[in-house]
Amino acid sequence: MSNNDVPQGGFAEAGADLELVGITKRFPGFTAIEDLNLTIPAGSFFALLGPSGCGKTTTLRLVAGLEEPTEGRILIGGKDVTSTKAYQRPVNTVFQSYALFPHMTILENVSFGLKRRGIKNADVLAHEALQLVELDHLAGRKPAQLSGGQQQRVALARAVVNRPALLLLDEPLGALDLKLRRQMQIELKDIQSEVGLTFLHVTHDQEEAMTMADTVAVMNKGQIEQMGAPQELYELPRTAFVATFLGQSNLFTGTVVTTGSRSFVVDISGVKMEVPTERAQRHSGHVTIGVRPEKVNLHDSEPTGVSGRNVIGPGRITDVSFSGVSTQYEVTLPGQAPVTVFAQNTSISTLHRDGDEVWLSWQIDHTFGLADEVDAAPESRFQADLDTSMIAVQRRRKLEAELEEA
Amino acid sequence: MKGFGKWAIWVYSGMAFVFLLIPIVYTIIFSFNDARRTNIIWRGFTFNNWLNVCEAQTVCEAFGNSVLIGVVATILATTLGTMIAIALVRYRFRFRNTTTLLIFLPMATPEVVLGAGLAAQFLQAGVPKGLGTIILAHTLFCLSFVIVTVRARVAGLDPALEEAGRDLYGSPAQVFWRITFPMLLPGIVAAALLSFALSFDDFIITNFNRGAEVTFPSFVYTAAARGIPPEANVIASAVFFLAIALVLIAQFSAAARRRRLARAR
Amino acid sequence: MAFTAFAGQSQASDTVARRKSPIALFLLLPGVFYLVLFFVTPLLSLVITSLQEPDPVLFGQFQNAFNWQNYVTVIETYWQQSLRSIGYASLATLFALLIGYPLAYFIGITLRPYPLLQALGLVLVIAPFFISFLLRTLAWKQIFATEGPLAGVLSSVGILGPGEAISGTTFSVIFGLTYNFIPFMVLPIYATLVSFDLRLIEAGNDLYGSSATTFRTVTLPLSATGVLSGTLLTFIPATGDYINASREFLGSADTTMVGNVIETNFLVLQNFPAAAALSLLLMAFILVLVGLYVKRSGTEDLL
Repeated sequence: MSNNDVPQGGFAEAGADLELVGITKRFPGFTAIEDLNLTIPAGSFFALLGPSGCGKTTTLRLVAGLEEPTEGRILIGGKDVTSTKAYQRPVNTVFQSYALFPHMTILENVSFGLKRRGIKNADVLAHEALQLVELDHLAGRKPAQLSGGQQQRVALARAVVNRPALLLLDEPLGALDLKLRRQMQIELKDIQSEVGLTFLHVTHDQEEAMTMADTVAVMNKGQIEQMGAPQELYELPRTAFVATFLGQSNLFTGTVVTTGSRSFVVDISGVKMEVPTERAQRHSGHVTIGVRPEKVNLHDSEPTGVSGRNVIGPGRITDVSFSGVSTQYEVTLPGQAPVTVFAQNTSISTLHRDGDEVWLSWQIDHTFGLADEVDAAPESRFQADLDTSMIAVQRRRKLEAELEEA
Repeated sequence: MKGFGKWAIWVYSGMAFVFLLIPIVYTIIFSFNDARRTNIIWRGFTFNNWLNVCEAQTVCEAFGNSVLIGVVATILATTLGTMIAIALVRYRFRFRNTTTLLIFLPMATPEVVLGAGLAAQFLQAGVPKGLGTIILAHTLFCLSFVIVTVRARVAGLDPALEEAGRDLYGSPAQVFWRITFPMLLPGIVAAALLSFALSFDDFIITNFNRGAEVTFPSFVYTAAARGIPPEANVIASAVFFLAIALVLIAQFSAAARRRRLARAR
Repeated sequence: MAFTAFAGQSQASDTVARRKSPIALFLLLPGVFYLVLFFVTPLLSLVITSLQEPDPVLFGQFQNAFNWQNYVTVIETYWQQSLRSIGYASLATLFALLIGYPLAYFIGITLRPYPLLQALGLVLVIAPFFISFLLRTLAWKQIFATEGPLAGVLSSVGILGPGEAISGTTFSVIFGLTYNFIPFMVLPIYATLVSFDLRLIEAGNDLYGSSATTFRTVTLPLSATGVLSGTLLTFIPATGDYINASREFLGSADTTMVGNVIETNFLVLQNFPAAAALSLLLMAFILVLVGLYVKRSGTEDLL
C-alpha cells in the first residue's frame, strides 16, 4: 500500500544541505532550544555533541519531523519543510533504542519504508541493504532473536536503504560495548563516504564525535557554543564549556597587564602567562586563558634559556594517576588552582612521584584565550546540572521558595 | 528466625491455596453426583450428568443465553473501550479529569446501585426487560474494565516504534494498522477475555434487568432455593476446565516462545 | 488503581507528550456517550425515583415529587442493616488482607526464582473466578450444612452447640465474603510486589535492618498502594453484596445487608423510591471513600 504524500522514487544521489534558521523549541515549563542557526553541507558527516538535556536530541527530532518548532524554519536541499510531516520528509532516523518492529522479521523491518513509498522491488533492495551490513543470512529472524550489535546494524540498514537526503543518528552506539562501538564507528564512516549521504550524528561521547565527524558542533543549554572541524574545536576552544567538555583543560583567570604586537601577558595571582593575540577571544581586562594538559611538560629543575614558552613554578606534585598510555599528574603551585598534566608513558617506570618539586612549561602558541570568564572555584563537590529541563525545574523551585518567604 | 520464616510461608501458602480450591473441588465432585434435582447429599458416582447435560433443558438454555450475551457485550465493550483507551493515553483533550472519573465510577459503584439504576431507567423509558437490556447493562460495566486493561497496554508501548513508523514514510493510518494495532492486540484480547468472564458470571446487575430471561447465574440463583441440578455443576466445571486450559496453554506457549528465542541467539 | 491486577504489568510511561487532534474526539465520543447514557442517566433516574411519592389514586404506582421523606424513612427503617453491611465488609476486608498479603508476598517475591511456579500460583489465586460465584458460595453453604460432616465434627468436639448451625450466621456470611474477595485483595498487592526491586531489601539488610524490620520499614510502605487498592477493591463491592448474606446462601433473616434490602424493595415489594433512596445513600458513602482516595492520589492514578 503506497502513500501519495510521501517522496516518491529515488532521492538525490548524494545527500542534501540542511539549514536550520532561527529555531526555537519551547515545551510547557522550559525552553529546550533558543534561536538555533545551523547549516550542514551536503555529503558531510556532522556531529552534534553535548551533555544530556542540552537540546541535541530535540534538534534531531525537529529535523526528522517528529516535533514541530515553536519558531523558525527548516530547509532541506533548499526546500522549506517546516510544515511537512515526518512521513513526508526525505529524512530517516537511526533511533537510540533501534525501535525495530518486534512483530516483523528483519527483512520486513528493512523493507518497511520502501513499501510505504510504493517502490516496486522493495525486497530486493532490502536484501542488498542487509548484505551491506552483513546480516542477510538472518533476514527471516525477528529482532528479539538478534544481539544488540546486530539489531543496531539492522536499524542502520533500515534507514540507509531509503537513500534519504539526510540520515539522522540518535546516539546509536550508546548500548554497545567498547570494542563493538569502535568497529561500528569505522563501519558507519565507511558507509557514509561510500553512499555519499549527509549524516547528522547526535552524541554525548566526544571521542566518538571527533573520530567520526567532519564537523562538530558543541551544544549547551539549547545553544551551539562552537562549531568547526574536530581539531580546530579541540585546539582552539572559544568558551569555557567547550574547553572543559571536549577533553580537559587547565584554565586560568587573571588580568591583562602587558599588550605586545602579537601577544599579551596575563597576570594570574602573581604568575605571568603569555597568550598569542590571534588565539584569544578577548584582549583586555579580566580574561580566562588555558592550555591542554598534554601540551604541558614537567621539569625537575627550572628550565633556563627557553624562548617561546610559558614557564611557571616551582610547584609540588599532589596526585599521580597511571592510566596505561599516559600518566596524569596534578601539580599545585602556591596561590594557584591545581594544574593537570598528561605525560605520555614513554618509559616503563614513572618519571615523577607524589610530592616531587617540579616546574611546568608549554609553548606560548599552545595557549588559548576564552570569550567568557570562569567563575571562582565551585562551592560544591559535584558538577551543576546541565539538563535544560532540570535547570527549569530548579529555577521554578527557587522562585517558589522566594515567593513563600516574601 | 530466618529459617523458620522461609518454610513457614511455603506451608502457609500451600494451605491457603488448598483453602481457595475447596469449593471448586466440591463443585466438580458433585457434578458427578447421582442426584436428580437436589444436589446436596452424595448419592453415588455417575457420568450421566456429563453425558446428558441438556436433558434438563433450562440449564442449557440459560448457558446459551449467557454465552450469547457475553459475546455481544464483549464485542461492544472491547470496541468502545479500546478507542477510549487510545485516546486517553495518546491525546490531549479538555475535561480529562472528568472523563477519567466517569470511566472509573462504574467500577466503584456497587452492583446493586448499577442494577437498580439501570432497571429504574428502563422502567421510566418504557423499555421492556429482556436479552437486550441485559446486553446493554453488561456492556456498561465491562467497558471500564476494558479501558483499564487496554490503557495499560497502550501506555506500555514504546513510542519510538510509532515514531520509527512515521520516520519510515508511514501515514498515520498505516502506522496505526501496521504497528500500533498488532502490538496492542495481546492487551485487547486480554480485555476481551476479562470482559467475557465478567459478563458470564454476573448475577446482581443481570437480575435487576433480565425480566423473564434466564442466564446461567440467574438460573443457579433461582434454583438454589429448591435445589440445583447437578447439570449446573457440570456446566460450571466444564467452563472451569476450559478457562484453566486456556490459561495453561497461554503460559506454555509463552514459555516455549521464550525458549525458542533464547536458543536462536 | 487496583486494576493493575487485571492489566498485568502496567507502566506509567506517560512521558510521551500527548498530541492534540480531532481524532481524540472521534475516539472518545462513542464510549463516553454510552457511559453517559447508561451510567449517568440511570443515576439521575435513581435520584428522581428516590424522590417520588405514592400516587394518590393508583395503588402501587408512584409519581414524581420532592419527597425527601423517603430518605428519612429509609434510614430509620434500615439503619441496622446499613451498619451491619459496613461492619461485615470491614471485617471481611481485614481478614482478606491478613490472609491475602502473605499469599501475595509468596507469589510475588518468594516464587520469583521459579517463573513457572509463579505462574501456577497466580492461576490458583484466580481459579475461583472461573467457577460461578454463586456455585462456590453455595458449595460453602453445603459444606457448612448441618447435615454435613463438618458440622458433625464440630458438634462432637463441642464447638457447635445442639441446634446451632454454621451456615446462616454472622460467621458464615463474613466467611463467605472473605473467601470471595481474597483474589481481589491478592492481585493488586501482587501487582505492586511482583515488580518490587529485591535489591531494596538487600540495601535494608546492608544498613543493619533485620528481616522483620526491613519488611516493616521498606517492603510494607512500598506496597502500600497495592494494599490500598486491594482494600478499596474489596470493601466497596463487599458493602453492596447480597448473595453471601441471602437466605439461600450463607445468610439468614438475621444477617440481611443493605444489598438484600435494596433487592427486596425493588424486585419484591416494588417500593422503588425506597430502593432508589437506599441505593443512592450507599453510593454516596462509597463516593466519600473514593473522594478521599482521589484527593490523596489524584485522578491519574485511578485507572
